[in-house]
Amino acid sequence: MAKKPAARAKPAAQKPQPAAPAAASLPPEVAFLKQLSEAVAVSGDEGAVRKLILEAIRPHVDSVTVDALGNVLAVKKARNGGARERVLAAAHMDEIGFMVTGHDSDGALRFEPVGGVDDRILMGKPVLVGPNRAPGVIGAAPVHLLSQDRRTSVVKANALRIDLGVETAEAAKKLARLGDRGTFASELDLLGAGAGFAGTLRGKALDDRLGCATLVELLRAGPYPCELHAAFTVQEEVGLRGAKVAGYATEPAAAFVLDCTPALDLPHSLDDRENVEYNTRLGLGPAIYVADRATLSDGRLVRHLQRTAASAGLPYQLRQPGGGGTDAGAIHRTRAGVPSVSVSVPGRYLHGPAALARLDDWRHTVQLLQRALEGWSSKVWK
Amino acid sequence: MQPLIKKLVEAYGPSGYEGQVRELVRAEIRSLPDYTSVDPLGNLIAVLKKKTKSGRKVMLSAHLDEIGVMVSHIDERGFARFVNLGGVSPLTCVGGRVRFASGVTGVIGLDARRDDPGKPPTLAELFIDFGAASRADCPVKVGDAAGFYRPMETIGEHRLVAKSLDDRIGVAILIEVMRQLKNSPHEVAFVFSVQEEVGLRGAGTAAFGLDAEVGIAVDVTRTGDTPNGPKMAVNLGGGPAIKVRDSGMLADPRVKDLLVQRAREANLPAQLEILEAGTTDAAAMQIARGGLPAGCVSIPTRYLHTPSEMVDLRDVEGVVALLVQTLQKPIEL
Repeated sequence: MAKKPAARAKPAAQKPQPAAPAAASLPPEVAFLKQLSEAVAVSGDEGAVRKLILEAIRPHVDSVTVDALGNVLAVKKARNGGARERVLAAAHMDEIGFMVTGHDSDGALRFEPVGGVDDRILMGKPVLVGPNRAPGVIGAAPVHLLSQDRRTSVVKANALRIDLGVETAEAAKKLARLGDRGTFASELDLLGAGAGFAGTLRGKALDDRLGCATLVELLRAGPYPCELHAAFTVQEEVGLRGAKVAGYATEPAAAFVLDCTPALDLPHSLDDRENVEYNTRLGLGPAIYVADRATLSDGRLVRHLQRTAASAGLPYQLRQPGGGGTDAGAIHRTRAGVPSVSVSVPGRYLHGPAALARLDDWRHTVQLLQRALEGWSSKVWK
Repeated sequence: MQPLIKKLVEAYGPSGYEGQVRELVRAEIRSLPDYTSVDPLGNLIAVLKKKTKSGRKVMLSAHLDEIGVMVSHIDERGFARFVNLGGVSPLTCVGGRVRFASGVTGVIGLDARRDDPGKPPTLAELFIDFGAASRADCPVKVGDAAGFYRPMETIGEHRLVAKSLDDRIGVAILIEVMRQLKNSPHEVAFVFSVQEEVGLRGAGTAAFGLDAEVGIAVDVTRTGDTPNGPKMAVNLGGGPAIKVRDSGMLADPRVKDLLVQRAREANLPAQLEILEAGTTDAAAMQIARGGLPAGCVSIPTRYLHTPSEMVDLRDVEGVVALLVQTLQKPIEL
């Protein structure tokens, strides 16, 4: 005889949880950023972002092609149809992530990192894997069961597994095949907006979907007194590979590379030492490059951007010279050489599941680049 | 050549900021070449046109740039932190002086509160002192570049000591070759290249633009003749070093053999060079476009990438003579 189920206690009246802001309530350009950020496009598998970009730019360009490596190359002719100097603007579509390298008999996935992945932040993160965005989690022993030693050591990626919630290798293979790629599962949110503050974007792959979004905005505006060639590149995170062929194919007179660079503007230590290695700081505007490991920016282009910002009253900062590299590293060395400069939106916690970037830093980047293209003339080279 | 060398080595020109030294070279060569141009990255290219149908198109390259530093932060008290442009050793920085494009100079000091005082310093533990009292008083900005600063001196009978002999001595040699070269059958493109110290960047794009048939770099190399020096069969004063290989290139054996033969014909002392760490513009030329036969004539140099590099003038004159000899005769590979 079955027990009569006990009458359920009526739950205490709870405050309804506030729903996450719907995409519809976001400013329109942020809604597009949200789509870009949430698409999964790990190096070598950029299709999802390419599709969004092709749809977005088609009405605004004179021609668009997808090249052999998967770069989207679009042209917006010069104002008044004149044959003017070719100026390339590039942003990379790919993001860091991982590739499936094996299936364990219990259904867990082995994987290896693609691009600059920090092993220390992998454990316990939700992920999306494969062409159908199968959800999973990078497994980790819970803290309850860890010895002191294991709590303080870093587990390398090759010792980690992705758990798709299935029990056999066969079931896992249906969700994620060998060679499929995946990355962190994160939604894009706008934090802290209001009272005169535009807010802070939080999401994955801001490096470099912010650059892609900037480039889309540049194509929506214009035309300019130069022929704008836009390259949405592939495989930047694994070695500037797409940019190399895009630079060769477009053979521009100058190149602007739009990327996202770390802001390490939190205090380094608790003593009174001044933080002298911050790379960039949030809120100070677009970060113009003078030098990184891969490129010495063309001084005339740096000057053009600085003058443009000054005359338009736009903020900017110089990214601290030092390491790192952008697509400019490949582009400036193509053919007989291309004067190049990079401009990045500063972002905290890049290459992780939740980077932060100020919405206004991105907007100011768009404005700076639009003005710089509008002000393009032979005087830039003087 | 000494007055020319002095002018060149004491000029300002860290990687990416070669404008001042480029103008100096342009003024020196004036009307010698048939035409000159500056390409998109800033390489100065001076061309002597072909005199005979059978002549080849030859690219010579010596780099204008020197190693240096770039300001990355200016602190509250007006001290500048910096990063390297090219291979700068912290060991040679402490107490050194740097000079900026504007002529402003500064002294490099060492952070007294170091994480591990027992270890050699890192660049992050060094700073530049301009005698400034505050950030507002500091005469340089983030992104400004400097070279090291030291006058040239003659040491002993034949030797010069200076900063930036790497590769201003090569630049001086190219200028001297241009002066001495009469009736070469070849089209000779003298490339004064940029950004060598940060990765052979200028030579690669110049080689693409020129599409030459043969390439020869003129650059410095190490020597094995100092106390407990590296095991290397190159001596200061032993004559031009004809490169066989380095860590970035296998010299085309036909180019190497041609240079050896021309040295022998002219009774010039020469040595063969195998350099285990380091490379030259020739490595970038060799793989430009569809590739080209490339080699290198090196000037043996001690204390490379310090503010006191040392060469022997007899080696320098030997390199000039070897290049003139090579370029005046047919080049059959």
